[in-house]
Amino acid sequence: MKKGGEYINTIEVDVRGQTCPVPLVEFRKAIRKASPGDEVVVLGTHPASKKEIPMACESLGLNVLEVEDKENEWKIRIRRQ
Amino acid sequence: MGNKAVIIVHSGDMDKIYSALIIGNGALSMGLDASLYFTFWGLQRLKKGALDKGPLSKMHMLGLVKWIVKKRMQKANVASLEKLMKDYKELGGRIIACEMTMEIMGIRKEELHTEWIDEYGAVGTYIHEAKDASITLFI
Repeated sequence: MKKGGEYINTIEVDVRGQTCPVPLVEFRKAIRKASPGDEVVVLGTHPASKKEIPMACESLGLNVLEVEDKENEWKIRIRRQ
Repeated sequence: MGNKAVIIVHSGDMDKIYSALIIGNGALSMGLDASLYFTFWGLQRLKKGALDKGPLSKMHMLGLVKWIVKKRMQKANVASLEKLMKDYKELGGRIIACEMTMEIMGIRKEELHTEWIDEYGAVGTYIHEAKDASITLFI
């Protein structure tokens, strides 16, 4: 996707079925690899990580775009600044 | 206070090595720096092939309960200690090995996973690392 002359990538991290600390760690690894402006989408099922990933975003100064809940799964969209 | 977690890993028990690596990875994931200072029984776990070879801290019972716990961990999809160590290093976690323990226990560098170890030090290294850390634990 092209936005304002820059290519914006979406990086998907599928941690469904994974437990502590894997969702948080895989989220962090993806953020480190992403370029500024990229969007990281984390898909998971681990309940605590749904609130802890936004907490990590707060301490890392990242923008949480959306937290979506559907049945036993959640999806968090984050913008890499 | 610096945004850093510094953990002394004194125990070599499998469950406690899990605690140390999970907390270390958690700290790094939340944007803190992390250092693990391996000493005494903990340092044994840095020997080649020894990371998951520690006993359980309670109810080890000649390895029977450890075997059951490992099976249950696999079923629950808990990451292996090897993966946690790999992630910890990838996220920039530091490992310090206690030189005095190496001397007392006759451990040579060649026996250790030197690729994981950033520094060989003593108490001064720990204090230097921990004096401005916001989290410090003894495991």
